[in-house]
Amino acid sequence: MSKDVMADLKRDHIVKLLSKGVRVDGRKFDEIRPITIEKNYIMSAEGSARVHLGNTDVIVGVKLIVGQPFSDTPNKGVLTTNAELIPLASETFESGPPGRPAIELARVVDRGIREGQAVDMEKLCIEPEKEVWIMFVDIHALDYDGNLFDAANMAAMAALKSAIVPAKRADKGEDFPLPVTHEPISVTAVKIGEHILVDPTYDEEIVADARLTVATNEKGDLCAMQKGGEGSLTVDEVHKVVELSKRLGAEVRSKT
Amino acid sequence: MGGTPLPEGIKLIDENGKRIDGRRPDELRPLSIEAGVLKRATGSAYLEWGNNKVMAAVYGPRECHPRHMQDPTRALVQCHYNMVSFSVDDRKRPGPDRRSQEISKITSEALTHVVFTEYFPRTSIDVYIEVLQANAGTRCAGLTAASVALADAGIPMRDLVASCAAGKVEDTMVLDLGKEEDNFGQADIPVGYIPRTNEIVLLQMDGDLTIDQFKTGLGMAVDACKKIYDVQRDALRRRYTVPAEADEDTGSAEVK
Repeated sequence: MSKDVMADLKRDHIVKLLSKGVRVDGRKFDEIRPITIEKNYIMSAEGSARVHLGNTDVIVGVKLIVGQPFSDTPNKGVLTTNAELIPLASETFESGPPGRPAIELARVVDRGIREGQAVDMEKLCIEPEKEVWIMFVDIHALDYDGNLFDAANMAAMAALKSAIVPAKRADKGEDFPLPVTHEPISVTAVKIGEHILVDPTYDEEIVADARLTVATNEKGDLCAMQKGGEGSLTVDEVHKVVELSKRLGAEVRSKT
Repeated sequence: MGGTPLPEGIKLIDENGKRIDGRRPDELRPLSIEAGVLKRATGSAYLEWGNNKVMAAVYGPRECHPRHMQDPTRALVQCHYNMVSFSVDDRKRPGPDRRSQEISKITSEALTHVVFTEYFPRTSIDVYIEVLQANAGTRCAGLTAASVALADAGIPMRDLVASCAAGKVEDTMVLDLGKEEDNFGQADIPVGYIPRTNEIVLLQMDGDLTIDQFKTGLGMAVDACKKIYDVQRDALRRRYTVPAEADEDTGSAEVK
C-alpha cells in the first residue's frame, strides 16, 4: 500500500520532469548509466563478472560440469541460466524459490545468449550422445536500482568471455577458453506516459507503463525481445526501441 | 529456434512458395473459438487453432488469496498457463515449470491492460489456461482464448486482446508458425495486440532477424490479430444470440 502511494507521488514528479525533457538523475532519454565491469571476480567460478550499471550491482558466475546432452542435441553442450533475486538486493525481494520476476529475468538473459548464439555449443561436446559440458550461468543481484535485465546480460556476456573450460580437472584434456563467438547485447527501455527512456532506474521502472528489452548482435540484427509490464506500446514505439537498442547496444558491446 | 538444422529431406517452403502444411506465407491456420463452454466457471472459452486445443476459464472477481496480495485500489488479474502432461509428444512433467511461469506472467500483464481492474478492488480475477493439445503458438492461442473467456465472464474490458505470432522460416517471413516451423525455423515473434486502440500488450522475439525482417513480421502479426479479433467477436456474438428454436447456442466461427 505505502509502496503504491509512493509510486503515485514519484510518478507525478518523474512525469513532470520528463515533460520538460529531464530525467530525475539528469540523464538524456537515450543515455545509459555508467558501466563498470570486473571480470574474474570470483576465483572459484570458471568465469565470472561483476557489473555496476549506475547503482545496480549484479554478479554472474559461470560453472561448467560434465554431463549428458539432451537427446535432441546430442552433439551440443547445455546452457542453464538461473537468477536469484535475494533480499539483500532490495526490500522488494523475498527469500524462497524464484518467483515470476526472477524466472523472467533468467529466461530473457538465457534467450539472449542462446538465440544470439553467444557460445559455440558444438565445441562443448566431449563425446556425442554421451558427454558434453553443461554450462550454468547464475545471476545474483546484489543491489537493485532498476534494469536488472541489461546489467545481467552484460555480466553474463563478460563472465562467459572470461570463462575457462576446466577440462584438465575433469580429466578431459587441456583447459581451453569458452568458445564465445557472438556477443548479443540487450538494451531495455521503458515507457512512462508518452516518453521512452532507456536503462531505467528503480524509480523509473516502478512507475513505468511498459518495458521492452531488445537484444542485438554485432551485425545489428535482432536475436531476442521481451515486452513486460501492464501497459502497451504502439508499433512505432516498438520500432523506436529497436533502433535505440541497435545503436546503444554497439556502444555497450565495446565496453564489455 | 536459432537455426536447428533440418532433418534430411524436409523442406519447410517448397519451390512454389507453399509451406510444409500447404499454407501461403501470410496464411493463418484454421481457427475456431467457442465461448461459454464450461458450467462452473464465471466465463470460459474453447479454442482450436490448427492442431492446438486450448481451454480457458475465468473465475472471479473473487476474494484474493493470499490476502497480502490484495490491492485496495484494484483487482489483480492472475493468469495460470498450464500444459497438460499429454499435450505434447514426450510427456510433460505436470506442474508449473519456468516456461509456463513466464508465459503466465506476460499473459497476466497483457490482460491487466484491458480489464477495468479499478472496478473490483481487493479481488482477484483468476484466468486459467489449459493447453490440452499443443502444436506451436500456444501462448498466443491461450491469450486469445483468455480474452474471450474474460468477456464471457462479463468482466468490463476496454477491448479484447488478439494474439498471433510471425516468424522466419528459410529466410522467409511467415505468419502463425506450425510445429515444424517452430522447431526448425529461424525466428519467432509472438504478439498480443488490441485492434481498436492499435496497442501492443505482448511482445517477445527469439531467433535471428534483421530490423527490416522484424518490421515485416510485426506488421504481419498485427494484421493477423485483426482477423483473429473478428473470430473472437463472432464467438461472443454467437454465445449471446438466442436462435429461434433453441435457448442455448454454442456456435463457433471459422476464419476465412
